[in-house]
Amino acid sequence: MRMSKIVRFAADVLFGAIVIFGLYVIMHGHLTPGGGFQGGAIVATGAALVIVAHSYEEVIGMIKKAVLMAQESAGLVMFAGVALIAIGLGTTFFFNFLANSGSLFGMTVPFGPNPGELNTGGVLPLMNIAVGIEVWGGLAIVILYMLSGIGKKEEA
Amino acid sequence: MRKELSILIIIIFGLFLGLIALDLTFGDPDNTAMDDYFIQNGQEQAATNNIVTTIVFDYRGFDTLGESTVLFTAVIGVALIYRKLVKGDADENE
Repeated sequence: MRMSKIVRFAADVLFGAIVIFGLYVIMHGHLTPGGGFQGGAIVATGAALVIVAHSYEEVIGMIKKAVLMAQESAGLVMFAGVALIAIGLGTTFFFNFLANSGSLFGMTVPFGPNPGELNTGGVLPLMNIAVGIEVWGGLAIVILYMLSGIGKKEEA
Repeated sequence: MRKELSILIIIIFGLFLGLIALDLTFGDPDNTAMDDYFIQNGQEQAATNNIVTTIVFDYRGFDTLGESTVLFTAVIGVALIYRKLVKGDADENE
């Protein structure tokens, strides 16, 4: 069950823009409104658009469910792993060990209103990326699974 | 009769909520100790401008870990419900 050529072409064109906007929201989660959950949901919306516009058989040829499941699991493991690294360094669970360190995401921030710098935040950008990966894979695989159930019902 | 009754209930319920909303005050909470602490120290301790992200991922990071686990469990549940129950379906990729 595929949609018309106009819908499919529009979905293909919009997919790139939606994914880039979602990745922007994930990456700037520590500077602007949004973050991992919201950006991951935006990227998953782009995936849902392509999945709904094309037929289930076409999409399942391009994306494997196992890849999305591994992506979701990797996001959760990365999130918990970043929190566990802090314990390995001798601090508490979820301690922000990269903040103000001068290394990756380690620039200091002046007090009060300021323009903002992407290279700040310590572990917050890493956790935003981890949650974004997890939400992206999770919501996309939910849509894939539900579409597979609908397809079976129509065949029978 | 039912239509008039529905409209009457909607008006009464709307007035009820509206009168409550008139009494609410925003922007001036009584206890501000925690808010002040986050606003004063958030930018320095987490090196981030976004205080909301600082609270969600740093001060309350354990809560976010629980949220992620809830999402993971929900996806596992959906995958469980929609799995293939009949043997011999060729197109399965899991």
